Amino acid sequence: MGIYMKLTTLLASAAVALGLATTGYADGHEKTKVGFVYVGPIGDGGWTYEHDKGRLAVEAEYGDKVETVFVESVAEGPDSERVMTQMALDGADVIFTTSFGYMDPTINVAAKFPDVKFEHATGYKRADNVSTYSARFYEGRAIQGHIAGSMTKSNIIGYIGSYPIPEVIRGINSAFIHARKVNPDVEFKIVWAYTWFDPAKEADAAKVLIEQGADVVLQHTDSTAPQAAAQEAGNVVTFGQASDMGQYAPFPRVSSIIDDWAPYYIARVGAVMDGTWESTDTWDGIGAGMVGIGEISDAVPAEVKEQALALKASLADGSYHAFTGPLKKQDGSDFLAEGETADDGTLAGMNFYVEGIEGDIPN
Amino acid sequence: MDLSAINPILFVAGFLVAATPLIFAALGELVVEKSGTLNLGVEGMMITGAICGFATAVETGSPLLGFAAAAVGGALLSLLFAFLTQIALANQVASGLALTLFGLGLSALLGQSYVGIKPPRLPDINFGPLADIPVIGPILFTHDIILYLGVALVAGVWATLKFTRAGLILRAVGESHDAAHALGYKVVRIRTLAIMFGGACAGLGGAYISLIRVPQWTEGMTAGVGWIALALVVFASWKPWRLLLGAYLFGGITQLQLNLQGAGVAIPVEYLAMSPYLITIIVLVILSRDKSAAPACLGRTFHASS
Amino acid sequence: MIRLEKRPQPSRAFSLATPVLAVLATMFFGGLLFAALGKDPFIAIKTIFWDPLFGEFAFFYRPQLLIKGAPLVLIAIGLSLGFKAGIWNIGAEGQYIMGALFGAGMGLAFYPAEGFYIFPLMVLAGAFGGWIWAMIPALLKVRFGTNEILVSLMLVYVAEQFLASMSLGLLKNPEGFGFPGSRNLQQYAPAHNADLIAGTGMHWGVVAAMIAVIFAYVLLTKHRLGFAIRVTGEAPRAARFSGVNPTRLVLFCLGTSGLLAGLAGMFEISGPAGQVTIDFNVGYGFTAIIVAFLGRLHPIGILLAGLLMALTYIGGDIAQSKLGLPAAAIQVFQGMLLFFLLALDVLTNYRLRMGRTEVA
Repeated sequence: MGIYMKLTTLLASAAVALGLATTGYADGHEKTKVGFVYVGPIGDGGWTYEHDKGRLAVEAEYGDKVETVFVESVAEGPDSERVMTQMALDGADVIFTTSFGYMDPTINVAAKFPDVKFEHATGYKRADNVSTYSARFYEGRAIQGHIAGSMTKSNIIGYIGSYPIPEVIRGINSAFIHARKVNPDVEFKIVWAYTWFDPAKEADAAKVLIEQGADVVLQHTDSTAPQAAAQEAGNVVTFGQASDMGQYAPFPRVSSIIDDWAPYYIARVGAVMDGTWESTDTWDGIGAGMVGIGEISDAVPAEVKEQALALKASLADGSYHAFTGPLKKQDGSDFLAEGETADDGTLAGMNFYVEGIEGDIPN
Repeated sequence: MDLSAINPILFVAGFLVAATPLIFAALGELVVEKSGTLNLGVEGMMITGAICGFATAVETGSPLLGFAAAAVGGALLSLLFAFLTQIALANQVASGLALTLFGLGLSALLGQSYVGIKPPRLPDINFGPLADIPVIGPILFTHDIILYLGVALVAGVWATLKFTRAGLILRAVGESHDAAHALGYKVVRIRTLAIMFGGACAGLGGAYISLIRVPQWTEGMTAGVGWIALALVVFASWKPWRLLLGAYLFGGITQLQLNLQGAGVAIPVEYLAMSPYLITIIVLVILSRDKSAAPACLGRTFHASS
Repeated sequence: MIRLEKRPQPSRAFSLATPVLAVLATMFFGGLLFAALGKDPFIAIKTIFWDPLFGEFAFFYRPQLLIKGAPLVLIAIGLSLGFKAGIWNIGAEGQYIMGALFGAGMGLAFYPAEGFYIFPLMVLAGAFGGWIWAMIPALLKVRFGTNEILVSLMLVYVAEQFLASMSLGLLKNPEGFGFPGSRNLQQYAPAHNADLIAGTGMHWGVVAAMIAVIFAYVLLTKHRLGFAIRVTGEAPRAARFSGVNPTRLVLFCLGTSGLLAGLAGMFEISGPAGQVTIDFNVGYGFTAIIVAFLGRLHPIGILLAGLLMALTYIGGDIAQSKLGLPAAAIQVFQGMLLFFLLALDVLTNYRLRMGRTEVA
């Protein structure tokens, strides 16, 4: 125990020696140092790529008042813990850890560096110097569902899931609810790829869905493979995921959900700079700009586009919630009563389909 | 559940495409192994081919030039392996693994400015009325030229190994490098050529993924196909036609799995995903009765004076 | 013309000098690469090799070296026994995963019970998991003569799917809000493989790795079995004449390497990693193959090679964050290091001779 205490003090005093003990840095070091830990390569064109765009936005915003550093392809577990510690030792003032699997490592490292701020994406554990942030992508899914339900002719909408986890299930439910609203005959075909990243498999999944009659394909995987498959098929609608995938606009890609971390990163780094940073739990959606809706192309009929934009506006200003009752679960039991909206806890751990979706969630 | 949703014609056409990168990579490795060398660097050569092909296709606007560049890129990288194992007599298993590591890094460096770009598309060959033949037309006559090249290459390798002098020499070197050497054949040169052929094929397979199957460039996008190719060579017991069949089987299982999911059949995905590997093991056991299948010198280092 | 001539005895001097030469060559060519990427090569090399060991924060990185190196050494030691005898287990990654799953499963089965016996049982379970996974290729080889390289490799993919299934299903943390991944064993004291002396990085896995090094050294130099392993690798036919039982040797070598890989997985999951997750495995099983060869299949060599690999990983991450080097450049750099080590090894066993050979 004694040695452990000594190490902690040593780490902490090393941090102090580097002059990052207080939020103000009246103590000499002028640049605010911001660290980013990425789970994939910045060239993945999806999740990590978008986080890195957020990092570049921070640099663009604050110029030479900030210095950003990043390490890519950091495995979850001890490697991530080491990289975070290294950044803290090297004088980072705030560190963004951008994968769910970094949750416990972030908490561990944060405990050793009480004066360094940590921001963990998509997790649920916080501390005095650890904030969490995540995006309400399901709001974007609602808009996609609306467009998909309006545009499908076969009434079959394909959905490519990665792994059956709450984040993905929430998106499926949200899209389904809004597709059914405009088109009661619509059905979802869901295929689980069981990978975060395997473009060839995503291409296969999209092709299979198209072959089985889907004329709209929604994807919760980040490659453009489904877009290309749809383009080849000729009459299939798709949506960009993570990034805009504008190279497939105006058709098959008719809109997109864009992970836009820039506003949040700029705001949080700003808070560190002026000393107003506090531990918070942020779950932002369209309103705060964390979920971007890529331009709805002219391939979408004008009135559908208008409705979609109205839906977007109501989600953005909070006048409408994507999960508003009456809703039942798949097994017919009550989920939300008339006018009731789902609370964040339920949404965060969502592990059931809503009524009307066929098939079981694999486990 | 609605099995009628699965269209058997499209299903077959689908796995023909899915199997093509595997066919190229595995066929190249088959030739390498026939010469008595085990190159575990297939994944590294594939991903290098994928970016060389992608970058060239984007810069020149010609997918076919892209494929040519992919073959060259794969072959060049394989020269590193040839140098290590044939000249410096390093261990083949370790050299192959190092090649994969190196190839993954190199391709990521080369590809930094190609993320998020759409490559030029290689059109399908127009077979005219042939494509309208029921069932056979959509299955066989709706593909791009590279897919047919893959099948033709299988036939070519088969014929070369079976009927030509070059094939005989290659097999002789793989069966007993000392005997082949004593007969005056240049073992190192022959193996180096085989390794380069393997590299070129792996490069083509990688480019098929980045230019046709997906098509896009992202780091690590071959996602393990190179390793499956290694399994496939054994599965095929070093026979080209069996390799073709095996590639369709491997490709078909993934397609079938996705098709069943789409049709609403509740299947345990992970367990189905294991099945190609388990089947390969079973095939290995069955094949083990046939002792002649594997090249006798596979993986062994050759030095002329030893 | 330059040709190679086999030395009657491997050169001791070169076996010591080539690794140093290889590291120097890598520094030179790696430096060129870094310069081409617009970074100062001297600072980059210093950041990778010097800073983790002797830099300002070496007190933190040195223990990390143990954490990163221990599983590599533990697995590589096991593999080297088989490699020496010409028995090729390249599926250590799968055995590592199975060891972790068995070990973690055993620990989680007791949750939330307390008891000194839990951790030892987990160790046994982890060793068993890795062992049984390696016994599949071993038994198939012994019984049917199947190629163990391929069977063990295939079983890696099977194990990976199994891992995904477990972290999404059976072992999923019931209090994890539906997210994949098990409970964190770091927060369950009886199952936690903590630092024996906090902050030193010395967990049971490090101890096990050291024991394995000593064990392998003694086995190879003093024991009959070690003799059998060496003879089989060098001259299989002579081995049979001298009474070596090849079946037993296959079972022993594959079994031991599986067991050690399983232990490595178990110590990792109960210690530094803590959690069963879909991507828990980070390729130690494959890297260990390289480590085994870099170490010349010698226990001490493997120990040093494992630490060297760990150093390039740790130094590479520092270089990424401090200098903005892309991860891919570090990967290429590591690839170079391996190439040079493998290529220069030829000097240990062969002499370079100028002039024409007269032997046909």
